[in-house]
Amino acid sequence: MKYLCLIYDEEKRLGGMSKNESDAFTSEYFAFTEGIRKSGHYLGGEALQPVQTATTVRIRNGKVSTTDGPFAETKEQLGGFYLINARDLNDAIQVASKIPSARLGTVEVRPIQEFNQQ
Amino acid sequence: MSEDAAERVRETVDAVYRSDSRRVLATLIRLLGDFDLAEEALHDAFAAAVERWPRHGVPAKPRAWLVSAGRFKAIDAMRRRARFDASQAELAERLDAHSSDPGGGWEDEGVEDDRLRLIFTCCHPALSPDAQVALTLREVCALTTEEIAHAFLTAPPTVAQRIVRAKAKIRDARIPYQVPSRAELPDRLDTVLHVVYLVFNEGYSASSGASLTRHDLSGEAIRLERLLIELLPEPEAVGLLALMLLHESRRAARTSPAGELVLLGDQDRSRWNRDQIAEGAALVERALSSRRFGPFTLQAAIAAVHAEAPGAAATDWAQIVGLYDVLVRADPSPVVELNRAAAVAMRDGPSAGLGLIDAILARGDLGDYHLAHSARADLCRRLGRTAEARASYERALGLTRQAPERRFLERRLGELPD
Repeated sequence: MKYLCLIYDEEKRLGGMSKNESDAFTSEYFAFTEGIRKSGHYLGGEALQPVQTATTVRIRNGKVSTTDGPFAETKEQLGGFYLINARDLNDAIQVASKIPSARLGTVEVRPIQEFNQQ
Repeated sequence: MSEDAAERVRETVDAVYRSDSRRVLATLIRLLGDFDLAEEALHDAFAAAVERWPRHGVPAKPRAWLVSAGRFKAIDAMRRRARFDASQAELAERLDAHSSDPGGGWEDEGVEDDRLRLIFTCCHPALSPDAQVALTLREVCALTTEEIAHAFLTAPPTVAQRIVRAKAKIRDARIPYQVPSRAELPDRLDTVLHVVYLVFNEGYSASSGASLTRHDLSGEAIRLERLLIELLPEPEAVGLLALMLLHESRRAARTSPAGELVLLGDQDRSRWNRDQIAEGAALVERALSSRRFGPFTLQAAIAAVHAEAPGAAATDWAQIVGLYDVLVRADPSPVVELNRAAAVAMRDGPSAGLGLIDAILARGDLGDYHLAHSARADLCRRLGRTAEARASYERALGLTRQAPERRFLERRLGELPD
């Protein structure tokens, strides 16, 4: 079964890291990604650029409205994701708990909705 | 078969339902992989038993017969639905192949594991605490939705919705039906114990309403904990059973005949249940000797010291303070600190305890907790600081919704000198 792990970090906190800290954090991510590739959990994953690059798009009354910034202002921001294949929720939780950001921020685990191809 | 014999068979079916329906359900959930399907199958199986046992006799292994009947009924129902939905056909085939292997072992052994699986699934940390409690009482303890709603002063539709949502999450997010691995066990067991203790406390000290206790819920929690220990005898689980029994032993003494609250120090100790104290104290010993105990065992040890004292003054307060010192380190919380302060007040006098309570409140903790203010009021009263005592009793009164506790505080206020 597929799960999406949404990674929320405090951008301010990440931005405040020293070069050494930041390098160490990045290499932790490389090691983690390598680990879940080997274990067969990995389906995909990306890091996102900071929220100031975000644009929110809606259509209201037939008109496209475009606004600067993310949909919701929160303390932690969506900063990346992994799409994984896991046996069940316990397996997915095990994987998510090893994502480096789980220690500093939050990881939300969401099962992927499967639609039957008719 | 004569009327009498038929009646006896019906009684047997009832007895098997009472003793074994949860075991059968737990196994059906594993075999069918779905709570709702398993419940439907359970009802079908007992309906079949009511029909067939009077004519063909009670089977040698009623439980295995019920599991088997339930499984066949479920597969049958899926096949019938399969005419409209192809995915059901596939599921029915898989279930049939999966469980028809002759040495399948689902008949008798492994049944206890199924009950443990059910407890851990109902108390999965991915479910909200409210849902954990409702689902456990429904599926493991076989309480009806109405009974759960009544016990928690909630509307039945709210409870029903919680249960439906929890089952949907188990299915959709694929929460597995399994006993956690060794590595996960301590954390997962902790969640289960907290659910049991929440149920107990709701029965022991109802958070609101006219009556102070709801007995049935406490009894249910104790039964559930006994089952858990039978399946998984972990020291901290033993400690929780001890704690609940030692609290329960004081039930008769903690309310007056008029329904008024009686504090520990004023209770008639001859009304304490000696059997429960003896069992609780022996369980505390057992948990402590494992050296792998936690906060529940420590709280039980404190309750055991109280239980063994002939009166409040003759209590070994030094030992109680010592146990609280360990508890504060093992499970730091302002409430534990408050209880420790009350014990220090008994050991070293009211002003020592008052200093500790004021420090907790000054830090910004427990400001909304009525027991912090009533404990403070009591110490001020004993020190003759009447104005402060009055202010704190009034603060406590403003924070409690429980009728007996309110009457108790009003009485104390009335007894203060002008």
